[in-house]
Amino acid sequence: MNAQIEKTAAAADEAGKSIPMNMIQSINSGLDVMLGRDPNCLIFGEDVGYFGGVFRATEGLQKKHGLNRCFDAPINECGIIGSAIGMAAYGLRPIVEIQFADYIYPGYDQIVSEAARIRYRSAGDFTVPMTIRTPYGGGIFGGQTHSQSPEALFTHIAGMKTVIPSNPYDAKGLLIAAIESDDPVVIFEPKRLYNGPFDGYPDKPVTPWQKVEGNLVPEGYYTVPLGKARIAREGADCTILAYGTMVHVAIASAEAVGVDAEVVDLRSLAPLDIETIEASVKKTGRCVIVHEATRTSGFGAELSALVQEHCFYHLEAPIERVTGWDTPYPHAFEWEYFPGPKRVGAALKRVMED
Amino acid sequence: MARTPAKPAANATAAKAASAKKPAAKAPATAKKAAAGKSEGNGWPDKGQLLDWYRHMLLIRRFEERAGQLYGMGLIGGFCHLYIGQEAIAVGMQSVKKTGDQVITGYRDHGHMLAAGMDPKEVMAELTGRAAGSAHGKGGSMHMFDVQAGFYGGHGIVGGQVPLGAGLAFANRYRDNKAVSFTYFGDGAANQGQVYEAFNMAELWKLPVVFIIENNQYAMGTSVERASAETHLHKRGISFGIPGEEVDGMDVQAVAEAGAKAAEYARSGKGPYILEMKTYRYRGHSMSDPAKYRTREEVDEVRKTRDPIDHLREKMEAMGATDEEAMKAIDAEVKKIVADAAEFARTAPEPDPSELYTDVYAEA
Repeated sequence: MNAQIEKTAAAADEAGKSIPMNMIQSINSGLDVMLGRDPNCLIFGEDVGYFGGVFRATEGLQKKHGLNRCFDAPINECGIIGSAIGMAAYGLRPIVEIQFADYIYPGYDQIVSEAARIRYRSAGDFTVPMTIRTPYGGGIFGGQTHSQSPEALFTHIAGMKTVIPSNPYDAKGLLIAAIESDDPVVIFEPKRLYNGPFDGYPDKPVTPWQKVEGNLVPEGYYTVPLGKARIAREGADCTILAYGTMVHVAIASAEAVGVDAEVVDLRSLAPLDIETIEASVKKTGRCVIVHEATRTSGFGAELSALVQEHCFYHLEAPIERVTGWDTPYPHAFEWEYFPGPKRVGAALKRVMED
Repeated sequence: MARTPAKPAANATAAKAASAKKPAAKAPATAKKAAAGKSEGNGWPDKGQLLDWYRHMLLIRRFEERAGQLYGMGLIGGFCHLYIGQEAIAVGMQSVKKTGDQVITGYRDHGHMLAAGMDPKEVMAELTGRAAGSAHGKGGSMHMFDVQAGFYGGHGIVGGQVPLGAGLAFANRYRDNKAVSFTYFGDGAANQGQVYEAFNMAELWKLPVVFIIENNQYAMGTSVERASAETHLHKRGISFGIPGEEVDGMDVQAVAEAGAKAAEYARSGKGPYILEMKTYRYRGHSMSDPAKYRTREEVDEVRKTRDPIDHLREKMEAMGATDEEAMKAIDAEVKKIVADAAEFARTAPEPDPSELYTDVYAEA
């Protein structure tokens, strides 16, 4: 997964040595690199300073870069995001952590009405180069307020960018690209993937990222451009559109039912790499969309509409969506709600029958 | 927290825009500093300062009256919140603002923009949705910005600008630039939770911000008494340790003096300061408000006894500083500026349809 970017000698030099990292370590490394490179960058959020973050993503950064570069905020998500917008409008590049994506709603007004809109209503005179990092998604028995996938609420906001990595290399590269973007970006980090890939079989022990073959992350600076999807698995029979945790579930599901699926890891939902999606679906003629979020008005609905618009005459079967149920995220029925290999496999079989 | 030694370059976009834009055709001369304008001995400002305040307040009043007319003629659509009655606040505070200080406010923003030195033509053309408007016609009444004026909007969501004001103040402290963020909001916004999130962070981090509450006594149609458990809004900072005081917001000199004190407090690193400006808006909340929640007599009484422009005129008479000739010249000058702005806003072309998609994102 690390050979996606053609590296010039200079870029390779900046990227430095590659080593195995888990997703927390790669995010920490990305933050560290940017604090070192750009004095405009600063990090704040709940518990990110002294404590190093509830998932340890900012561990050691306050000690290394100082109290005014990485610091704790009160528990007030609206105030955190709102003040970051003010800093960004002045020219800083704040990176804020919202401890769980489920906590982002008090700041939603600030994101919609201020962050995403200031550029438009100042005719380009002011930008908001703010990055919001937030762990999202299920599979951790968090119940309804620690498991949600609210990405569709953000792709619906013109002016915002929405990014979701599926592996440590992308998590760092996309993070650096987001920090350097002059637009506000929200990065949803699949917390089920922090320590290792998860293919949807809850009883299987987790393989740490450090032991995953080919999982190497450069220690230095590199970017993964926003708006470029990645082919996570090449295949000929069917296209699976996925992001975050579901990329791993999609690959495992295809292999379990013996369908030669091409898995497209979107990486960035807005901007969306429609070209890669279109090329894959036109090649395979079939499309399954997988996400953890609830079904109605989920991002899958947008993807389904786009595939229909772009690939209608190439489709051999109706587009399938495999998603969370239209319920609050349940505690007791976690693995029924979670679109695991059983449900994804069944959808693959259905599209192959048509 | 220690101050950062790093002082990076200013916001590249803002800097670029500032250098690219021609200097705004500031109608009236920039207000002088209140402290500097004070004449020796009697504690009264000098005549130049008084005339300058008069000029700015009159410009806002005449501009807003004309905006109301254009609205009535159908040239301005949608929402239009006039500042008439509250002129002394924006003008008095502007006279204590130093280069580099920021102003950020809510949706009743025309007066603040004019006080900050934005070109009346650009503001009026934004109201009529023209390409020459400050946001190319895409922002409208509540949504304008200006780099050179240090004006950070123009925010249509009640209270939404307050955390941003704290963020601007944080940026000042981070860069150690000695600038102050003047963050305005109304008595209605004072009941928004995010205001108190901003208060807490501002005092916790000792941010250089002056929170100015423009208490015009009505949050749309709901009076302060019907919405607020504590109606003395300057006390709202007590539990955070933020000092606050009540100011006669209809007296431009009182505003400037309180503003100078608050700004000095914030600038010296002591943290935020709250000023509650007791004021009154003469017109409805917006153009579509019949204002049935208050009596005609109440409005007339304020106009008759507390009007900020009349008040200043009386003060000048009392101190023997009336200069009828100079004031007549100002009246004529302001009349022409407003007439020109209205004519410009009426005749300037609308934006090209291709503008619809510009400035949504910095990069595709």
